[in-house]
Amino acid sequence: MGTASAATLPGSGEEFHLHYLNVKHGLKAWLLTTDHKRIAWLYFFTTTFFFIVGGLAATFMRLNLISPQGALVEPETYNKLFTIHGTIMIFFFLAPAVPTVLGNFLIPMMVGARDVAFPKLNLLSWYIFITAGAIFLYSVISGGVDTGWTFYTPLSTMYLNTHVLSAAMAVFISGFSSILTGMNFIVTIHKMRAPGLTWFRLPLFIWSMYAASLIFVLAMPVIAITMALVMIERIFHVGIFDPALGGDPVLFQHLFWFFGHPEVYILILPSMGVISELMAAFSRRRVFGYGFVAFSSFAIGLISFIVWGHHMFVSSESAYAGIFFSAMSMAVAIPSAVKVFNWIATMYKGSVSFEAPMLFALGFIGLFTIGGLTGVFLASMGLDIFLHDTYFVVAHFHYIMVGGAIMGYLGGLHYWWPKMTGKMYPDYWARISALIIFVGFNLTFGPQFLLGVLGEPRRYATYPPNFQFLNIMSSAGASILAVGYLLPFIYFIWSAKYGAPAGPNPWGARGLEWETASPPPVHNFDVTPVVTHEAYDYEAVSETVAVS
Amino acid sequence: MAEHVAHVERKRVYVTIWIVLLCFTALTTGVAYIDLGSNWNTVVALAIAVCKASLVVLFFMHVRNVSERMVRVVIVTAIFTLTVLIVISFSDFATRKLIPPPPGLRQASHIVVHHLGEEQ
Repeated sequence: MGTASAATLPGSGEEFHLHYLNVKHGLKAWLLTTDHKRIAWLYFFTTTFFFIVGGLAATFMRLNLISPQGALVEPETYNKLFTIHGTIMIFFFLAPAVPTVLGNFLIPMMVGARDVAFPKLNLLSWYIFITAGAIFLYSVISGGVDTGWTFYTPLSTMYLNTHVLSAAMAVFISGFSSILTGMNFIVTIHKMRAPGLTWFRLPLFIWSMYAASLIFVLAMPVIAITMALVMIERIFHVGIFDPALGGDPVLFQHLFWFFGHPEVYILILPSMGVISELMAAFSRRRVFGYGFVAFSSFAIGLISFIVWGHHMFVSSESAYAGIFFSAMSMAVAIPSAVKVFNWIATMYKGSVSFEAPMLFALGFIGLFTIGGLTGVFLASMGLDIFLHDTYFVVAHFHYIMVGGAIMGYLGGLHYWWPKMTGKMYPDYWARISALIIFVGFNLTFGPQFLLGVLGEPRRYATYPPNFQFLNIMSSAGASILAVGYLLPFIYFIWSAKYGAPAGPNPWGARGLEWETASPPPVHNFDVTPVVTHEAYDYEAVSETVAVS
Repeated sequence: MAEHVAHVERKRVYVTIWIVLLCFTALTTGVAYIDLGSNWNTVVALAIAVCKASLVVLFFMHVRNVSERMVRVVIVTAIFTLTVLIVISFSDFATRKLIPPPPGLRQASHIVVHHLGEEQ
């Protein structure tokens, strides 16, 4: 199998490896790179930056909610804080994180290719992304926006004097970045697979990324157009959503959630793919029911497009449409459960080990299950009337997005970090981090289920004093969660300098990415691999052969 | 030489389609000034829009004469997704009045409407 290009350093007799990190140096080499691995790093730094900004906004919100009257900020500022938190976390961290960092780095390597299908388009996606991010930051710095991440009309088009236009423009532009990334991945997976790498030999991460890419391409244009319509109504007063101008505000909700709900699956599907990889690698077993897990990604993707109305049960939606959306929303639990059961079955009789990535994966399964099951509560029309817009909803989607998507992302980062950097991080501290995040997360969002059932509405800067105890619990949990997130920052930076060399395959895992050096050479493989077995062939001896 | 002829030919097609699109735009604007009664204005405007979109897809996006299966799959998927969006959204608007709201709610909504009217 191909390894990194090795050579002897002139005059020293020392052997060095030429790889994608040391082949070229300097800012220009990074900013103009078309190497998918370097672009993954560009995304890593930018999405991490946005995670910190979004996290800071959440920190101020939780600090404010320590006191029933609001301990820190005015209600108007609080509105801006949750808008910054939601918009940045959804559009500038969660949606791009796994696809653009792990997906960019891994998809070409997993399919045995030298790069993605359109490397220049890949770089363009990043530039579009940072342009959108910069515009959103401008709207934050120049006074903020307080519509919430959903930009509901007529609030966003008629009543607010904050920077709605620039924020909507940022979301509009970021959509194009996602569309280009999705298209790039779809074409790469279709056209650039190595000889012998049939669809059913692909890692399940690829199947998940393929399904997520389809949603990117189909859903993102809808949010882009919807944001354009908001801008047109705000600037030119064309009646689209405002009843006073002859528009319909519920039409906005239809358009927004037609994108918005598939978006949730854009966030979770790539992480689900990561979990499949981790379960197989740390159980030393083929993923149980490979075909079912693969097609469940598509089932989730397909159903995700016909559930959007469950956000509108109390927005004058017809009861008949509600019945349909309620049934479909419950149906999406089936493919999700297929995945969870199959991951658990993968561990059965496996040789399970509990390194840090596996702890994140197990955390994912627990938290995602709670998030998924409480989603079934909310899909029930009668119960949703009671729970709608309460903290129950906040807790539910954070269990999916933070407990699910971010746990998966961190699990994936810990798993592939040695491949990306060539260095090992301290596993002990990584395990501690996984445990702290699990405990901190449950302490933050568990009480919010209770607050929701007790009737505390979301998006309020103040609350009745009898909710204070649970709110303080939640804020205390958030501080523990913050420590859990801070740890990887420290030991990842430490490992880049002091970490022990990882070697090509530190986990003893299968899959093409583990058959090349760490860090990989510029073109991933010195020779094109020919694949003769599936990605999880733990039972058989690897028979990958190489041809030039 | 043949390539040059094909290039000129393509350019002529593009310009023709562009002029047709402009004519359709003028037609849409013109029809908007005529009252066709009971939502027919919307139907006509949407019909013209569909024709325009089809021309763009067929000629500017080169889907006409494309034999590759993948391109067809993409087009069919896009149309299917748009159909889902329109049909299910409109099924909501169309079925809202099938079940009348409970009397209390009706009364409440009248009060709200009345109150809003006074404010304006």
